[in-house]
Amino acid sequence: MANAAKMTVTDEVAIQITAMNKWYGQFHVLRDINITVNRGERIVICGPSGSGKSTLIRCINRLEEHQQGQIVVDGTELTNDLKNIDKVRSEVGMVFQHFNLFPHLTILENLTLAPIWVRKVPKKEAEETAMYFLQKVKIPEQAHKYPGQLSGGQQQRVAIARSLCMKPRIMLFDEPTSALDPEMIKEVLDTMISLAEDGMTMICVTHEMGFAQAVANRVIFMDQGQIVEQNEPKEFFNNPKSDRTKLFLSQILGH
Amino acid sequence: MSDSSFIRSEMLQPQIPPVSERGIVKWLRENLFSGWLNSILTILALVALYFALSNSLPWVLNGVWDAGSLNDCRAILAARGEDAVGACWAVLSRWNQFIYGFYPVELYWRPTLAAALLIVALAPVLYFGLRRPTTYMTGGIGLLLLLSLFGLKTDTWHIGLAAAVFGALTAVAWLLPKKLLYVTLAFPGIGFWLLWGGSAWGPVAVMIGLGLVGALALWTIPRIGMILAALLAALLFLSWFMDPISSVLDFFGMILGWVLAPETVASILRPVAGLRDLLPLQPHVSGGLQSLLPVSLEQVDSDQFGGFLLAFVIGVTAISASLPIGIVLALGRRSDMPLVKMICVGFIEFVRGVPLITMLFTASLLLQYFLPPQTNFDLILRVIILVTLFAAAYIAEVVRGGLAALPRGQYEAADALGLDYWQAQRLIILPQALKISIPGIVSSFIGLFKDTTLVALVGLADPLQGIRKIVLADTDWKGIYWEPFIFVGCIFFVVCFSMSRYSMYLEQKLKTDHR
Ligand SMILES: Nc1ncnc2c1ncn2[C@@H]1O[C@H](COP(=O)(O)OP(=O)(O)OP(=O)(O)O)[C@@H](O)[C@H]1O
Ligand SMILES: [Mg+2]
Repeated sequence: MANAAKMTVTDEVAIQITAMNKWYGQFHVLRDINITVNRGERIVICGPSGSGKSTLIRCINRLEEHQQGQIVVDGTELTNDLKNIDKVRSEVGMVFQHFNLFPHLTILENLTLAPIWVRKVPKKEAEETAMYFLQKVKIPEQAHKYPGQLSGGQQQRVAIARSLCMKPRIMLFDEPTSALDPEMIKEVLDTMISLAEDGMTMICVTHEMGFAQAVANRVIFMDQGQIVEQNEPKEFFNNPKSDRTKLFLSQILGH
Repeated sequence: MSDSSFIRSEMLQPQIPPVSERGIVKWLRENLFSGWLNSILTILALVALYFALSNSLPWVLNGVWDAGSLNDCRAILAARGEDAVGACWAVLSRWNQFIYGFYPVELYWRPTLAAALLIVALAPVLYFGLRRPTTYMTGGIGLLLLLSLFGLKTDTWHIGLAAAVFGALTAVAWLLPKKLLYVTLAFPGIGFWLLWGGSAWGPVAVMIGLGLVGALALWTIPRIGMILAALLAALLFLSWFMDPISSVLDFFGMILGWVLAPETVASILRPVAGLRDLLPLQPHVSGGLQSLLPVSLEQVDSDQFGGFLLAFVIGVTAISASLPIGIVLALGRRSDMPLVKMICVGFIEFVRGVPLITMLFTASLLLQYFLPPQTNFDLILRVIILVTLFAAAYIAEVVRGGLAALPRGQYEAADALGLDYWQAQRLIILPQALKISIPGIVSSFIGLFKDTTLVALVGLADPLQGIRKIVLADTDWKGIYWEPFIFVGCIFFVVCFSMSRYSMYLEQKLKTDHR
């Protein structure tokens, strides 16, 4: 499947999360999270519903605020400083479960909006980049349609292309395929795999275990807001250590 | 082969739908007689319609158009027969008062020209600078204007000028439709000048001032931050239009007056008394320009305004000003900053809790106390301000509904792409929220326009009460009842119905979800 030889991991640290805690009111949603992600690494996060996976990756680009501990992305620490937040957000792309394309703009406008307004790229150049990435996700012919006219799988590929147009150094995926019909899942996963082959640092929340086995160099299992187990995919799937992991794997792979 | 097993050997090709009968008969059967209940309802409705029209239609159609007074009118009707009925449309010979109020007759061309320019100013906004509709609107209104000017017996010089201007504008609309936005930008000044007259430099200086305040704000916000920039802009605004120096001096004078004798206070303040003439800057600028190049029109006072002229001045100004204010209030109400939120909620709830009439009385009395003593606003301006604020509160709530209807994912996607708050609002959130809010916003506008008739209560001559009373006060037309109401009602209907149709066009036009 994926060409593992091309996917090199460097020693350079891309994301460093240390002793991070987060609460929603009284509810302790993330508990003592410690993760280091090197540049070029591909991390898959899985775990039961409500375990805090989305909350965790949303903390990485500050869509959610953490209350304790430290998150350093690309050498920039996330604090209340708006400048830092903007800097991190322009370096980190995010793909959502429900695509979140802008329905009032054409596909091309969706892709060029942020480069033009945030990166101040000239319109023409932004459009060229946009077409390049649309080609890459294999839907250049849809450029002038509106999101509502595309299938779910196409929309998700547009969403990926939209993030890529900002030339991010890190990509976050929050269950990118779980709102899709089975036949569309593959086209999105293929896009993600080719992204991994290009050496993108990726963190994916997903339950696509085939994807995890093919491209991840680490799988993180979360439950009740904590990291329960993390390991290489082979070890993780064949030889899970914790009972919770075993239970979870038997549930999602079982039937 | 059992019944439950089936294998399709060939895929079916799509076919055209079966041909069904068409035409009026089908339409009638489907829409009016599609069952015994609907048939009965249709017949009942027809009967009701017959009775309604059989009484009113003859009255409308047999109306008398040519009579000098109500008594003439009755005499003509009586001459037609014992029980002849008919409206007395001849009262509409006073149409000009319903339209122009007490505006000097020889100056009618000015409001007429202003109205035509208003349409030109609106065209590029309403139709996004699309060439065809913009040109049709500009050219069409130009022709209508020339016809009206002929009808009003305007002198040839003015008609020629209008023809040249509108010829040029139509050409611009065809070649560079978006450039008509400059007319839109300039219209507040031009319109004001045409309507009230006086020196042309007055409105020019006002627009220069507003432009400077805006430019200063835009230039300083990224450099010194929002709060300082706002303060600076407010200071410039105050010095351009009001006289903060005198206020400050008065204030110190008052404080000193508590402890010192009046003569001492006067002698202390004397050296700085010259500063009192420094501000506001606006009259200095306009005066200076006027002495360099005098351009002026005969002045018309606010108390000569009335009828639909008044309704339109109030309605159009309030509509165009209340939308941006309403949007800002709606955003403020959803703001994270507690103070901003509190002010916006307080304002909206206060305004919505108080009847418009109360606010209009406020306009005629109380505003005078709240504003600095030098500002001697005229009544129309005060009414416009309050009607605007009133409408803005309602629009804020409508827009808030649109904002709330947007899924959170839209905000998150904008944030995740690194757009800042204002970019996200302007490019992502507001275009969608406003689109959702169009029906509500247009309802507010229609309500606002009809509410302009309430200004009669503070003594302004609105078309419905004010002008009608004046027509009735004429001994010739004393006792006439329905006809003026119907005339005024028709005009209101045409305007409000157009707004409603436009909103439907807009909704259709902006529909991109294709679901
Ligand atoms: N805004 C919020 N306020 C309060 N509680 C929240 C909020 N958002 C999420 N939660 C709670 O935090 C917990 C973690 O939510 P999160 O969305 O991160 O789970 P998840 O692992 O992504 O689940 P899923 O697989 O269903 O997406 C859940 O129990 C959820 O109810
Ligand atoms: Mg989730």
